[in-house]
Amino acid sequence: MVPLSHYLILSAVLFSIGALGVLIRRNAIVVFMCVEIMLNAVNISLIAFDNHLNQHDGQIFSFMVMCVAAAEVSVGLAIVIALFRNRPTVNLDEFNLMKW
Amino acid sequence: MELLIFYPLALVTILLALGVVFNTSPINSAVSLIGMMLGLAAVFVLLQAHFIAILQVIVYAGAIMVLFMFVIMLLNLKAGDDRAWKMRERNLYLSILTGVLILLGLYKLTDKIQSTEFGETAKLPDTFGTTIEVGTKLFTDYVLPFEVASILLLAAMVGAVVLAKNKVD
Repeated sequence: MVPLSHYLILSAVLFSIGALGVLIRRNAIVVFMCVEIMLNAVNISLIAFDNHLNQHDGQIFSFMVMCVAAAEVSVGLAIVIALFRNRPTVNLDEFNLMKW
Repeated sequence: MELLIFYPLALVTILLALGVVFNTSPINSAVSLIGMMLGLAAVFVLLQAHFIAILQVIVYAGAIMVLFMFVIMLLNLKAGDDRAWKMRERNLYLSILTGVLILLGLYKLTDKIQSTEFGETAKLPDTFGTTIEVGTKLFTDYVLPFEVASILLLAAMVGAVVLAKNKVD
């Protein structure tokens, strides 16, 4: 039997790695991937607590997280393609048109 | 016994997640991410959430990662296109500060988790995490969020098409 704390620590470590990636990478697509890592890390926590408490609500929540992730990725990658058409780069530091 | 499965699984998952962050080529990052998703599906199976594990493989490792691969190949991104990767190294103090801050947060979090008493794990029935159980819950108590999620997906689909299509004037 794996203790609940192990799953929570795995979740925390993965979330930190995702946050680190969002902060240090400047490639828009890799930043999206790091956001996916963070969402997945949260899913582990939800399902670990589900298993611990014998409930199903956390699984519904992670289902919703997956829905939102799918929506976010489809719109986000469409935005990346639209930006790329404007200027052929995916470097986030060069997308500063909306910043004044 | 389950610990013997969990530790290698967690190790591989964390290494692949680090691979996503530290690979210079986006396609290598994407492949690492697929591996990480599959590792997480195995973790979900270990937690007896079989339905979510299958969903993880189909939706994340299947649909979402195909989208990523498709966009990377469409934009023809290669290693070394990430010029800021080198720019960031010049800003050494900021990188070190970021790393130290994240490590401190992680340390505090693990400290808190280990000092918390979570109580006994509930006895799970054999039907835990099956499609029947999750589906019953989804279509009775959570039917409104489910419908809202479908509207969200529809809106995302329309938005993606509008954003990515060529301008027709």
